[in-house]
Amino acid sequence: MNRLAVELPGLSLKNPIMPASGCFGFGKEYAKLYDLSKLGAIMIKATTLETRLGNPTPRVAETASGMLNAIGLQNPGLEKVISEELVWLEQYDTPIIANVAGTLTEDYVEVAKHISKSKNVHALELNISCPNVKCGGITFGTDPAIAAELTAAVKAVSEVPVYVKLSPNVTDVGEIARAVEAGGADGITMINTLVGMRLDTRTGKPVIANGTGGLSGPAVKPVALRMVYEVAKQVSIPIIGMGGIANVDDVIDFMSAGASAVAVGTANFVDPFICPTIIEQLPEKLDWLGLNHVSELIGRSHR
Amino acid sequence: MIRNERMVVIEQKEIARNIFELTLTGKLVEDMKGPGQFVHIRVSDSYEPLLRRPISIASINQELNQFTMIYRAEGRGTSLLSIKKQGEEVDVLGPLGNGFPLNEAKKGDTVVLVGGGIGVPPLYELSKRLVEIGAKPIHILGFQSQDVVFYEEKFSDLGDTHIVTVDGTQGHQGFVTTVLTELQNDFSMYFSCGPVPMLAALQNMYPTKKGFLSFEERMGCGLGACFACVCKTTEQTEVDYVKVCSDGPVFPAGVVQV
Repeated sequence: MNRLAVELPGLSLKNPIMPASGCFGFGKEYAKLYDLSKLGAIMIKATTLETRLGNPTPRVAETASGMLNAIGLQNPGLEKVISEELVWLEQYDTPIIANVAGTLTEDYVEVAKHISKSKNVHALELNISCPNVKCGGITFGTDPAIAAELTAAVKAVSEVPVYVKLSPNVTDVGEIARAVEAGGADGITMINTLVGMRLDTRTGKPVIANGTGGLSGPAVKPVALRMVYEVAKQVSIPIIGMGGIANVDDVIDFMSAGASAVAVGTANFVDPFICPTIIEQLPEKLDWLGLNHVSELIGRSHR
Repeated sequence: MIRNERMVVIEQKEIARNIFELTLTGKLVEDMKGPGQFVHIRVSDSYEPLLRRPISIASINQELNQFTMIYRAEGRGTSLLSIKKQGEEVDVLGPLGNGFPLNEAKKGDTVVLVGGGIGVPPLYELSKRLVEIGAKPIHILGFQSQDVVFYEEKFSDLGDTHIVTVDGTQGHQGFVTTVLTELQNDFSMYFSCGPVPMLAALQNMYPTKKGFLSFEERMGCGLGACFACVCKTTEQTEVDYVKVCSDGPVFPAGVVQV
């Protein structure tokens, strides 16, 4: 028996650990360091219909136990992602979750329709929560009715299950979660980054060229954990939890709060081997907790 | 191969005001290919400060499995690094990036090496390698003032060395370009590392010379995955952008938009 295996809509995960979108590119850089087949899944960088060059630099700034980023969804565009990046990833025995972004509903629908046909794409992650682009992204993720509509539109064309990535930059995250569930979402991934800012003390001007950026890293973990805990009570679809996960104990916490699997983001930049390290440490941690299977962790905090 | 290793401090000393020379030992040195590559340093075992610091490699000693880096302690991260003592461990990821293309220079070539401030260190290993292949390096090294000048003797042992300070407290007064205008124009190529305005000035001075420039940009992962250190390219290239960490940090002159 594989103690770490988790079954989710569209995804047979050999373990519940996957790199988060935007923190892992399309896998090539990390493939030089370890075998990507070790991973439960890979959430690839957000893909838009057209090629995007992203925001001006500086795009990142360090903050207390965290970082701000405003990359701006830089990606080579749908065609290249399908014909080059996803084909390259086929050599690994790892399901891909394709993060889909756009400006208009039609963009999301078009990207979803085509990318969901790729043979290693087992699920989509709808990016309705990117805080760093002027149009699209977060504007879909802060209004429950619009979020539900977009989810339904993408569900209608996708050949694989659709997960919706929620923004923490809302008053009531549960309301958005319930809305996308009603819109037909197969699962939820949460949270995206929190909008934040850092100023250069000398000049008084923002450090990041975009002005604001998305805060991530250990600093946001308590917020993310609370949101996963809240949403888990309100929906019956599974949650892939993320937000500041940096070690095996964080994984235990997110699953206890109600996540069925987790994604590791910023921690990949600090320790590029963090995903395989956590996967290796999980069984020992389950022993320590007196548990047989990782799924026994899911929702412990609610019982 | 890129490794993540806890390397051991052999020696650390302040060689100029807030400028530290740190020598580390470990297996990672085996994979260092040449001058111009960098390492990504985690200065704390906690999450504060969180990100790694990219620091260029100043010299490599493969026989002893040691390498030296020179950095300025100015922020939280580098200040923490500067208090590491002999025998302590430092978390190093590397070697990263692509260095200076040594095979461009031949025996007998005169090669100009231009460094600015904390961009000077990678030129030291470069100069040693150039001397090894029989090329003749000329060093033009610019600093703010006398108290932050370092390695003058070490560079002088390898070839002609001109020190320039902005305030004139040591060597020539002005910028590296001040010395360059007085230099004979018969050199084969130039290599440079330093602030972007300096790199831009060099490109403009020598539009027809072969040159290689090492860039610096705020980095996240250091591996090419996070897209933090992206630079726009000029129309001379087929790609729209390059990543300083994984495509560079060294690029032929004219590639990166400055």
